[in-house]
Amino acid sequence: MRALILVGGFGTRLRPLTLSRPKPLVEFCNKAVLLHQLEALRQAGVSHVVLAVSYMSDALEAAMREQEQRLGIRISMSHEKEPLGTAGPLALARDVLAEDGEPFFVLNSDVICEFPFAALARFHRQHGGEGSLVVTRVEEPAKYGVVVCEADTGRICRFVEKPRVFVSNKINAGLYIFNPGILQRIQLRPTSIEKEIFPAMAQDGQLYAMELQGFWMDIGQPKDFLTGMCMYLQALRAQHPEKLHSGPGVVGNVLVDPSAKIGANCVIGPNVTIGAGVVVEDGVRIKRCTVLEGARIRSHSWLESCIVGWSCSVGQWVRMENVTVLGEDVIVNDELYLNGANVLPHKSIAESVPEPRIIM
Amino acid sequence: MPLKAVILIGGPQKGTRFRPLSFEVPKPLFPVAGVPMVQHHIEACAKVPGMKEILLMGFYQPNEALSRFLVSAQQEFKVPIRYLQEYAALGTGGGIYHFRDQILSGGAEAFFVLNADVCSEFPLQEMLEFRQQHGDMHSFVILGTTANRTQALNYGCIVANTGTQEVQHYVEKPSTFVSEIINCGIYLFTPAIFQHIGEVFQRNQQELALEESSNGWQRAEVIRLEQDVFTALAGSGKLYVYKTDGFWSQIKSAGSAIYASRLYLNQYSKSHPERLAQNKPGGPVIRGNVYIHPTASIDSTAVLGPNVSIGEGVTVGAGVRVRESIVLHGASLHDHTCVLNTIVGWDSTIGRWARVEGTPSDPNPNDPYAKIDSETLFRDGRLTPSITILGTLLLVTIPAEVVILNSIVLPHKELSRSYKNQIILCAYAGSTCCVQGLGSNFVCFSTKGHYQHHLATPTLHYLLSATPWKVLAHLQDLGALNVPVMCRQLTHRNRLRALDFSMIVTA
Ligand SMILES: Nc1nc2c(ncn2[C@@H]2O[C@H](COP(=O)(O)OP(=O)(O)OP(=O)(O)O)[C@@H](O)[C@H]2O)c(=O)[nH]1
Ligand SMILES: Nc1nc2c(ncn2[C@@H]2O[C@H](COP(=O)(O)OP(=O)(O)OP(=O)(O)O)[C@@H](O)[C@H]2O)c(=O)[nH]1
Ligand SMILES: [Mg+2]
Repeated sequence: MRALILVGGFGTRLRPLTLSRPKPLVEFCNKAVLLHQLEALRQAGVSHVVLAVSYMSDALEAAMREQEQRLGIRISMSHEKEPLGTAGPLALARDVLAEDGEPFFVLNSDVICEFPFAALARFHRQHGGEGSLVVTRVEEPAKYGVVVCEADTGRICRFVEKPRVFVSNKINAGLYIFNPGILQRIQLRPTSIEKEIFPAMAQDGQLYAMELQGFWMDIGQPKDFLTGMCMYLQALRAQHPEKLHSGPGVVGNVLVDPSAKIGANCVIGPNVTIGAGVVVEDGVRIKRCTVLEGARIRSHSWLESCIVGWSCSVGQWVRMENVTVLGEDVIVNDELYLNGANVLPHKSIAESVPEPRIIM
Repeated sequence: MPLKAVILIGGPQKGTRFRPLSFEVPKPLFPVAGVPMVQHHIEACAKVPGMKEILLMGFYQPNEALSRFLVSAQQEFKVPIRYLQEYAALGTGGGIYHFRDQILSGGAEAFFVLNADVCSEFPLQEMLEFRQQHGDMHSFVILGTTANRTQALNYGCIVANTGTQEVQHYVEKPSTFVSEIINCGIYLFTPAIFQHIGEVFQRNQQELALEESSNGWQRAEVIRLEQDVFTALAGSGKLYVYKTDGFWSQIKSAGSAIYASRLYLNQYSKSHPERLAQNKPGGPVIRGNVYIHPTASIDSTAVLGPNVSIGEGVTVGAGVRVRESIVLHGASLHDHTCVLNTIVGWDSTIGRWARVEGTPSDPNPNDPYAKIDSETLFRDGRLTPSITILGTLLLVTIPAEVVILNSIVLPHKELSRSYKNQIILCAYAGSTCCVQGLGSNFVCFSTKGHYQHHLATPTLHYLLSATPWKVLAHLQDLGALNVPVMCRQLTHRNRLRALDFSMIVTA
């Protein structure tokens, strides 16, 4: 089987992390976002993945070569000259996707969940329609576009953008499977699959929805990235508790790379991910944070709801909170207070940031 | 030559800008660089040869704290020290006039008068020498220093002859620029000063007799040295200014107490290095000038300084960081706390990993003549958070891991969350009051028993279960006079009217 991942643009919402690295290569729970998806696709029997990108990236290219080796699948890139939206890239990759005549997967690159690709393929074959999409339940449907479908078959009746009265609590989760026939509907030009293709397919009775079990999160922005991390670690607790860290000073779900070092008298957790080679000195308190590879948190600091970028150095007695995000190689001087700061890569912070803002 | 010194310590109604610190201890006894504010004065006076007696003068009721201090200071400095209580606030000149016999007893030929709320190098010997040099042993000497043109307006301004240093003109807190030389509140007088104060007294008596008021006699004795005496003496050839380049600052606000501590600790490093904490194996890390009371217990992994004073019986846990702060006796800083630009009140507790931070109100470092601005807590009825102390805690319990930023927390309060730019009052059981820092303030009543914080507008917010007017009186003491007050119950409204809050809105 084949799959196409809509990698898309520059990931502006996940700045400043995406200023150093293409979004698919940012580690989510100590593994590049894209790897979570590639591994799940391979498990479901996919042998060739197309990354639909609208920019060139040597780093992404190199990472793909490496993963081809590691996973034993083909990974190719499909470059767009102009952004083709969420449907156009399918037309551009038409030759690969249609080659074996089998249904193929399409997925948004920002989505994290327990990818149900095998179940989706089964569901798709069973109903025999042209396309299937995964839907997930949300508490406040009025914020999203919702999917209205038949309760027993899952056949989609219509899509409603930001419904003012309750019609459904299911939203598009950004994971699809299509028969090659869908390619007839898509021209090689910027097109939205959600707005231009799906409504027509639903009209024809060719689109079905499968409900997702478990958590789901679009991690395209820092706040949701952290929420997604909490969900992922909770799922890990249920399925692979041995992968979580335990010991004195560890509270709740904490994921620590084996090469990281944690000092004495720290209290870490709940909901913390500590990357490779990270050094956490003595007496540090961290909760609800991701600390990326190579960062150092100096002693007696206190961090809550932050993403600490690669190779950052956070000084002693620093307090960081409220979705503070440090880009790569940021230095935070001792004793500062950062409240909701968004710090661009390679900056050195010498003054407190008492109210949320971007530090350039 | 027999000499005496009078230290003007004021009384309970003075020093409003120093509140809330002076609620617990009389302001002159507030510790600066580890010792009560006036001990620095006493030490300087005791060093002057011929010093026969030091008199503290004010209108505090005699109290235990003051008496204990007098006893221990007498022992330490080997000089008689007494407290003279004015029957009412007699002003900076009235008290010394009233007690002139006591001052002159024992044949004092000259005496110093010192304001208690200044910190200084106290160049008293130099003032004596200056008087000797310019030749007139009967002249009076004011200690002067240079301020910048704008800040000079907040002080007594002196115009002097550039050669002789004779004072030609004196004006207290002028509204337009007069001179950059300001009055330090430290004077050298001869007994002849009492003739000049006496003239003011006579004149006051005559004027008040015309009014036939019942307490005319008392009011005639209220005399201000600055406005009533110096202004008249200027140009008479009797008043001189001795200008010092040594350090000097007023201590009006809590923020200026931290600044004054820095100046005194810096002086210790030259004059009394043994008073400063040293880096020792097994001891905490000391950065810059730090005073630690011998009874304090400090973990060896704590990092203190610069400009830190740690009081009696204070406990400082592992990995604690303190900078630019005064920690008063009995306080306890738990592991990993970070305390910056803060006064930690008596017996307060700060939970681990909490951060307590204020905004320093230091003078402009690029202007050698800049002085510290001692703003009131409220200006035009609005809180001025960036300028005041911030982070003052009195008998307060701060829970673990919260941040308290630019806030003033009043006595006996157990906080349960983070606060920023607020005054949190809780002097009375069950009531909580919170004053937020920006925009128009409101006092808002609710009869619910706990604090709510879903406030859309900057608010002076208040929840009560007992006696709101008391807490408001407290607020009024802090200067919140023009704060609109919002209350739910009519009975409260009448009580509040009596408190003189300017606006009352019923919710
Ligand atoms: N190749 C390609 N991918 C795209 C393009 N536009 C969006 N995508 C990707 O398609 C997925 C869904 O995109 P959207 O939900 O439309 O947009 P988004 O990037 O999540 O950002 P928002 O507009 O803020 O929702 C994401 O993984 C995007 O990266 C495009 O023009 N080309
Ligand atoms: N004994 C005594 N001391 C006083 C009295 N009034 C003020 N003082 C003290 O004299 C010193 C100078 O006080 P003030 O003249 O009120 O203060 P200031 O320095 O002019 O500053 P402002 O508060 O701005 O007027 C302070 O140390 C006061 O404590 C008084 O009535 N009696
Ligand atoms: Mg005065």
